[in-house]
Amino acid sequence: MEYTWDFGVVLANFPVLLRGVLLTLELWAIALALGLALGLGLGLARVSRRAWLNGTAIAYVEIFRNTPVLVQLIWFFFAFPIILGHQLTPFAAAVLGLTLNTSAYCAEIFRGGIQSIARGQWEGARALGMTYAMAMRRIVLPQVLKRMLPAFTNRGIELAKVTSLASVLAVHEVMYQGRLLSSTFYRPLEVLSVVAFIYFLLIYPGSYLSARLERRLATRD
Amino acid sequence: MADTLIRVRDLHKRFGELHVLRGVTLDVHRGERIAIVGSSGSGKSTLLRCINFMELPTEGTVELDGKVLGNERRGRDGQVIREYGESELCSVRERVGMVFQQFNLFPHMTALENVMEGLMTVKRLSRRAARDRANAQLTKVGLQDKVDTYPGKLSGGQQQRVAIARALAMDPEVLLFDEPTSSLDPELVGEVLSVIRALAEEGRTMLLVTHELGFAYHFADRVIFFADGRFYETGTPDAVLKHPQKERTQAFLARFSEFTF
Repeated sequence: MEYTWDFGVVLANFPVLLRGVLLTLELWAIALALGLALGLGLGLARVSRRAWLNGTAIAYVEIFRNTPVLVQLIWFFFAFPIILGHQLTPFAAAVLGLTLNTSAYCAEIFRGGIQSIARGQWEGARALGMTYAMAMRRIVLPQVLKRMLPAFTNRGIELAKVTSLASVLAVHEVMYQGRLLSSTFYRPLEVLSVVAFIYFLLIYPGSYLSARLERRLATRD
Repeated sequence: MADTLIRVRDLHKRFGELHVLRGVTLDVHRGERIAIVGSSGSGKSTLLRCINFMELPTEGTVELDGKVLGNERRGRDGQVIREYGESELCSVRERVGMVFQQFNLFPHMTALENVMEGLMTVKRLSRRAARDRANAQLTKVGLQDKVDTYPGKLSGGQQQRVAIARALAMDPEVLLFDEPTSSLDPELVGEVLSVIRALAEEGRTMLLVTHELGFAYHFADRVIFFADGRFYETGTPDAVLKHPQKERTQAFLARFSEFTF
């Protein structure tokens, strides 16, 4: 079959995609920042000796890890008006859904990291008279962040790609804009090729920087 | 030596079925140096770890400077349980320093930062004051040229000296040494022991769990031979290490002297 590639319409409408890029970056940055913060809280709850805290965190993590993100996003979009009594904007619903989902994964990374720190580190800190909170903040967590950097990078990459699901809520991020263009001009292959390339350009610098940071931290010990 | 700093009374520690400490009673006087020796698994490290509450005793009491630690509470079946609050344990540990067999330095901090850490977080010194004090302590253990080195780049002996400086910087009333040279290569043992000896000469109160019997002999005012979770034989270094009266002490010491020449 002959297929003539024609990127003309994509290039002509590139500003449309660029506007989507901005929104994608916003979704990504906000959901990642909030997801990490919430994930830290959940991770701390997971290693807590208080059974109710631990149990609640386990339930949360398992629910969000074992159901599709797409379902979660749509579910929150429709459930929120019922629970809270007022409509969320598509963007807010997408941020919320992505944050909650990614926080569940981050919680597991934090938990695994904290549990991987040798008991001697705790003892070294506590023998100086440090409280649990001090030892966690000053001694354990800094080592967790370093050790788990590859896992956090993966999560960040995963999240960047998952933001494309927000298009189903009519959030005008880059995937939504791409679908809009491809259905307008009947050039889905060209449009999606460009969209994929844009995602690559957005995500690759992050993984590159993270790999460099990893190497730099590793030279210390 | 009427000034008793630590009073341990009928201390027991169980790990599940394992009854590790079986009723230990001990008075530590200010300025006293005690060496605890005995076979591996006899419970001597556990005793040390109960004194600064790295392990919580199952029964019995620890008294620091006249104050019995923890609060009594009646359990459901009527037996007495002692509970220890976090703030009390933290202030006890601030006063009772510990040096571990595995050093337990913080790998993400330089030698200097390791020593500064407790000063800034626990003692709430300013960064500048903490740095001065940490520098002084590291100089004291002979590591003034290693202040900016990370633990991973230090030898075992140097790491242990950093750990000693870290404990000393907190200015504890008593120092607990838990087999401080047991994980060191033989040629590095000497540098750590000479630091400990220098502290002994300052008149610091110290408890040392060790397998270095020769060092224990010169270091201690009192030697305790530990067996089966109890004090088996105690006395002056001369009495316990040179002229032991009891059978198991003699057998233990005989194993050590087998290879001296």
